[in-house]
Amino acid sequence: MPSILEAHNLVKHYGDNQAVSGISFHIDEGEIFSLLGPNGAGKSTTINMLSTLFAPTSGEATIGGKSATQHPMAVRRLIGVVPQEIALYDDLSARENLNFWGRMYGMNGGALRQRVDEVLDQIGLKDRASERVKTYSGGMKRRVNIGAGLLHKPRLLFMDEPTVGIDPQSRRAILDMVTDLNRQGMSVLYTTHYMEEAQELSDRVGIIDRGRLIALGTQAELTRQVGEQQTLRLHVAEDQNAEALATAVRALPGVVSASATDHTVALITPSAAAVLGPVVGQANLGGFRLRSVDIEEPNLEAVFLQLTGRALRD
Amino acid sequence: MPKILTLGLKDLTLAFRDRAALILMLLAPFILTLGLGFVTGRFSGGSQSGLSEIPVVIVNADADQLGDALADIFASEDLAELIAPTTVSDIAAARQQVLADEVAAAVIIPSGFTDAVLTGSSEIVRVEVHANPARPLSAGVVQAIVEEFLSRVQSGAVAGRVTIEQLVRTGRLAPQDAPAAAEEFAQRQSAPTTGAITLRRDEAIAEAQVEFDVLAYLAPAMALMFLMYTVGRGGATLLAERNAGTLARLLASPTSAAQVLGGKVFGIFLTGATQVGILILATTLMFGVRWGDWVGVVALVLAAAAAATGWGMLLAAFAKSPAQVGSVGAALMLIFAILGGSFGPNVPLPDWVSVIARLTPNKWGIDGFAALGSGNTLIDIVPNLFALLAMGAALFAVAVFVFRRQGLVK
Repeated sequence: MPSILEAHNLVKHYGDNQAVSGISFHIDEGEIFSLLGPNGAGKSTTINMLSTLFAPTSGEATIGGKSATQHPMAVRRLIGVVPQEIALYDDLSARENLNFWGRMYGMNGGALRQRVDEVLDQIGLKDRASERVKTYSGGMKRRVNIGAGLLHKPRLLFMDEPTVGIDPQSRRAILDMVTDLNRQGMSVLYTTHYMEEAQELSDRVGIIDRGRLIALGTQAELTRQVGEQQTLRLHVAEDQNAEALATAVRALPGVVSASATDHTVALITPSAAAVLGPVVGQANLGGFRLRSVDIEEPNLEAVFLQLTGRALRD
Repeated sequence: MPKILTLGLKDLTLAFRDRAALILMLLAPFILTLGLGFVTGRFSGGSQSGLSEIPVVIVNADADQLGDALADIFASEDLAELIAPTTVSDIAAARQQVLADEVAAAVIIPSGFTDAVLTGSSEIVRVEVHANPARPLSAGVVQAIVEEFLSRVQSGAVAGRVTIEQLVRTGRLAPQDAPAAAEEFAQRQSAPTTGAITLRRDEAIAEAQVEFDVLAYLAPAMALMFLMYTVGRGGATLLAERNAGTLARLLASPTSAAQVLGGKVFGIFLTGATQVGILILATTLMFGVRWGDWVGVVALVLAAAAAATGWGMLLAAFAKSPAQVGSVGAALMLIFAILGGSFGPNVPLPDWVSVIARLTPNKWGIDGFAALGSGNTLIDIVPNLFALLAMGAALFAVAVFVFRRQGLVK
């Protein structure tokens, strides 16, 4: 299958800070490709370079065969961008916003009106299209934010953490929308720090951390990297020090790695059942009060944990 | 629809949907115009200008042809309704009357004024106008009369000297006859009440009095003052768009940076011009303000909006946040208003401040509107239009240079 996007050794420096350090990947036509990584990993910088907003310090990207640095206007016509922030005008209605953004993509007249109606239908806001965006809930704003990126029917859609800060119902609606768009033939580059979203949506996933692509492949390929290892997740009471518990159990036999996030300690182990007893015993010995324990099969979070020694939401 | 137009109309729509902005763009200048109109008596049924029987004290220490001519202008029948002159011989007493707020201004004609002008003496002889800061509008009228008189005297004296020199050089006048000819020329120039200067001056002032409406000064003065708020707000929206991500989104669409910047500039210009246009329309319909030549008024509104837009873009280029544009813009609005004459014409300021005032759209705009309100036409305000457009272009060029260096998005 031909590639809609090819990125070769993309590098971006901001002074001494290296935001992206030599990222290479491709996206096939009709594919959903996710960049999974924690905040500050370089996902947005990568999207900004691919959407021609910033020129890379070095490296090259082509979209639809056009160079992002040499033919930015041609590239912009092929892509749709859904930025992480709600990039809309609060004092305009959803319809006015969509009309405005459509015109920025060169649409006008009856074709624009018809397409705006279609998109309003698609994002489920036709009934409230005349209300100003500032009166909308966070989830509704997110949907308009996505709609503005779909108006010109892009071949490749960039979605930069489109579900940040919204309720589960709106998140579900957005994930379904992405799947639906892909089913209609649209290729998608999706960035997230939610492992579940990457797992649900993606044909392939690139795991990014500190500006580097540390793993790339289908979910099956990636989870094979951690072998048959399972994740044992310990939830401690809010007044407990999860980091201290991670340190206490890290040296136990059978524990490959341990990391703490908020009030949870994630352990990577070949056999959760085998280490569960010693881990709980060690926790009791240290005076840690456990609230619950989960055992998870190999997943992308485990891959990230094994590759970086940190949890995705660190 | 061209993208620049779409961007500009979007900003115009957003500006007029912002209630807080509307208060400062339209309501505040309107209320201030109204208030100042009451203060000046514009609505109390007096003369059309709202100014009448302006008390002036004159000290004629010259007591010669030109000094008498100036004193006679103030005492002329044509100015009887506008000016109420009194004469004293003591300069200190005249100044005291200004300080005591008994008169709007004191006009001091120094001893030897006529001699200095007629002989082309290099010695500087100044007619002084002591303006009462409590009565800026009235003092401005007095100063305008004196300035016009001096301007005519100056041009007459120069013309006389040049004519006589030319006659001597071409042999048509014997060098020994030159002093007598100069004396005769001066006599004609300064003949009291019947001379060309006095007669023409009287007519001009009388005409101005009939046609000039004080609201035609106050309304544009307030509109131009708050125009600076509008362009500052417009500049702030550029930074707000940068923070909100809409600027980045625009630049990720097939829209060039030049189109985006052009659209923002057009939006600020359009909003400013619309604001001033609405204020002009409102004061015309509600108060019957006579703005003068409509072609000139439209040209001046557009030129003033262009100059102010340049300032708005410059603010946006150097500021780091919308809040910074807001605070610096508010300070600039007040400073420009004071310097440019929005709080009254000829408020006594040092000479160097008057020079700086020429950097403000207020100064050129107000002078232009005052000229149009006094019966002048488009051709008479060409220097104002040129100055405003040049100001806008220069400031825009600097802003573009800064934006190119730092990038539109960060």
